[in-house]
Amino acid sequence: MTASAPIFASPPLSRRRLLAAGAGLGLGLQMWGSSALAAPQRRKFVLVILRGAADGLSITPPVGDGAYAALRRELAITDAALPLDGDFGLHPELKIVHRLIGAGQGRFAPAVAMPAAGRSHFEAQDRLEAAAGDDVSSGWLNRAMASLGRGAPVEGLSVGPVAPLVLRGQVATSSWSPGRAVETAARLPMLVQDLYADDPLLGPALARGLKTEVLAQANLARLAADTADTPEASNAARLSRTLQGDSPDAAGRLGAAVAGFMGEETGADTVAISLDGFDTHANQAGALTRRLAYVDALVGGLEAGLGGSWRDTMVLVVTEFGRTARINGTLGTDHGTASTALVLGGGLKPGGIIGDWPGLHEARLFENRDLTPTTDLRSLFKGVLADHMGVDRRALDTTIFPDSAAAAPILGLV
Amino acid sequence: MALPDRDLQAAIAATRFGLGARPDEIAAAQGDPQGFLLAQTRRKAASGQIRALPLERAEALQNFRQAQAAFLKANRQQDRKARDLQPEVNAARTVLRDQIAADVLERAARGATTDAGFAERWALFWANHFSVGAGNFVRTATIGPYEAAAIRPHVFGRFADLLAAAETHPAMLLYLDQNGSVGPDSPLAQRMARGKAAQRQVGLNENLAREILELHTVGVNGGYTQADVTEFARALTGLTFRGFNAPAEEVGETYFRQIAHQPGPRSVMGVVYEVEGEAQALAILKDLAARPQTAQFISAKIARHFVADDPPPALVARLEAAWRDTDGALDQVAAALITAPEAWAPEPAKFKTPYEFMISSWRAVGDAPRRPADLTMLTAMGHRPFYAPSPEGWPDEAAAWATPDGVIKRLVWTQDYAPRAIGAADPSNIAVEALGARLSPATATAVARAESRGEGLALLLMSPEFQRR
Repeated sequence: MTASAPIFASPPLSRRRLLAAGAGLGLGLQMWGSSALAAPQRRKFVLVILRGAADGLSITPPVGDGAYAALRRELAITDAALPLDGDFGLHPELKIVHRLIGAGQGRFAPAVAMPAAGRSHFEAQDRLEAAAGDDVSSGWLNRAMASLGRGAPVEGLSVGPVAPLVLRGQVATSSWSPGRAVETAARLPMLVQDLYADDPLLGPALARGLKTEVLAQANLARLAADTADTPEASNAARLSRTLQGDSPDAAGRLGAAVAGFMGEETGADTVAISLDGFDTHANQAGALTRRLAYVDALVGGLEAGLGGSWRDTMVLVVTEFGRTARINGTLGTDHGTASTALVLGGGLKPGGIIGDWPGLHEARLFENRDLTPTTDLRSLFKGVLADHMGVDRRALDTTIFPDSAAAAPILGLV
Repeated sequence: MALPDRDLQAAIAATRFGLGARPDEIAAAQGDPQGFLLAQTRRKAASGQIRALPLERAEALQNFRQAQAAFLKANRQQDRKARDLQPEVNAARTVLRDQIAADVLERAARGATTDAGFAERWALFWANHFSVGAGNFVRTATIGPYEAAAIRPHVFGRFADLLAAAETHPAMLLYLDQNGSVGPDSPLAQRMARGKAAQRQVGLNENLAREILELHTVGVNGGYTQADVTEFARALTGLTFRGFNAPAEEVGETYFRQIAHQPGPRSVMGVVYEVEGEAQALAILKDLAARPQTAQFISAKIARHFVADDPPPALVARLEAAWRDTDGALDQVAAALITAPEAWAPEPAKFKTPYEFMISSWRAVGDAPRRPADLTMLTAMGHRPFYAPSPEGWPDEAAAWATPDGVIKRLVWTQDYAPRAIGAADPSNIAVEALGARLSPATATAVARAESRGEGLALLLMSPEFQRR
């Protein structure tokens, strides 16, 4: 255990405060002192990581590129694509994303990559999330939160039982996943907290987990009340279980539940969600249809759940690298280089595609096999952090994305 | 580096090297803690060839495939018979589902009850190194047999044999899409190109080749290029297994399909392989097993799993030396780990994964999972057995598992399990049996002061020292 003391460690949750939190949802939820309440407008950011190298050429099929259909053969999405501008379409399952783009609340970057991503999932995911040298074990989103400084009303939350690297680091963050609830007001959690009093790893983890649990239970109870004819306490537990699973329905509810966390006055502003299942080496079409339907419903759930806060929210959907331009021998694609990033949010300024389109002509392919990247993914991250979250430009070039001064932020998105 | 006293060594042997102490286990290790572990590396694996898929499994898979095919065919032809065929598909699926659940339960129960906890942890390490994750029914049904036939018999043998067994088992061939990979210039590809224009393209799939290099042998910094991946993938073409239409006693047997093999010599990492056919891929595997980068990459991974997320370099060097000196004799690598002073540091540096936490909880109580439902909490904890999220296998470091949500899920399970499991036992006795000299005064006091036996056990299981090893 090398967990260093978090620089913004919240005061340990005393038993009394925990009880108060469990009973009335008041005191115990305050994470940053009064400044959190004073902040007039809370900018929110959701990072969705598609693990396994999602195929950009299927997410935003370049229907206007003359080489596309021949490269993709059976996997080309042409007539079925949701129409955008003639150059690009959208995967048929991305209906909500399509509506958002049509309403000026969505854009995309069709050829992004991290520098030197390589074609290894695991190394590339580490690079995507650490965005620093190989010896760095914290994530850029955590470092960005650190740079915002004490008192900034930013709280990080990851969705899922395993912490993604992008949110790991010196700023303590929380995590949550749906499932059976813990009785936060029972004796055991308090006694265990006493046992963890001097434990630098488990003490903060449990304290944060309990706080989030209290929020979650209130949040789910409210959702249950909204969705049921006769609101009952047990609905929250039942609802929590319906958030699990791979169906678009579950994804929509999960998005709404996560939005509930973000809507709380002292809830999370910065959320990371990992989705796997994008490594489509064989029979790609069916697998992508299911996973992209999930992504689309998740976005819809977030948008609906955030309500008025949607205009203060940005959602970024990224992957570690793209897939080969040509299909392989098993109706799939192998590891490639550039892919698509989606940028969504109520406060987005309208605009066209982000970055250039390199084209799929054979001479333009990277190493004669992959879509060539035209945009450094860090430039996109930096633009969002600078414009939307107000992160300091110098910190972006040095501590958050070390040695990245050459990758200028893409400004003017919001 | 001096070893801790004998009492603490015995506790470390059972909890850090093993899967947690069962009652009396620490006492059994007390006389000679290192010898207690070394003896486990010498137990003979079951002799004789183990079938890639047991006959019963092969038959269940065939029944499912055939029922499904008949249903789909009738359905496509809009034959009313399709509805009558549905129950058969469901019945075949149920048989398979029950067998898969039995595999998972058997593995967890073995972990909970074995008196060779180190040997089991060692086997689980290798199963995770050569990770195969669940997918559709058919693949998931191969994972239990994979561990039994390809992993367990070789974990104290030569790494080269383990590597060859893992990469040629149908579970791996399905998981990493090898069975559909066809040499572009192979007779099969040429025949298909001559066929109807509508025939779909066949070709290479480089998934298995890449993951062997990146994850199973030399590691991502092992010095290979994209060209090496492609060449290796070409060499692997033809490597497949007898499909589900073969006679049941042949289903799942590894099989080299010569007509799908890319002809010609291959060059991988600077070595040219002139030998043709099946021998080509096997020769490359053998060379990869012998490369120093492989010893280096996996030695570090072993040290990370057993001792610390950031392991002492001296320990890694010892393992690497043992690997090199014995040509990858894994019993000798295990012995080097057991006898390394760095592995016996008094402070537990590893945070248990959810699977380790639940297995060690059952061991502490002298209990075992009895029904598939006893394992469902592992899914909520993000550690469902057989469902590793990627070919990289499960994460091994505290930063991944010691999350707020992860700790809460352990608390939820403990709150439910402890009162049911404790019976008439004294939790203070269980604490001593489970942790021995590792039990802290603070935890001993909290357990003794608990208001109920169940609460006492729950506090033990959630205590900082029980959560670690």
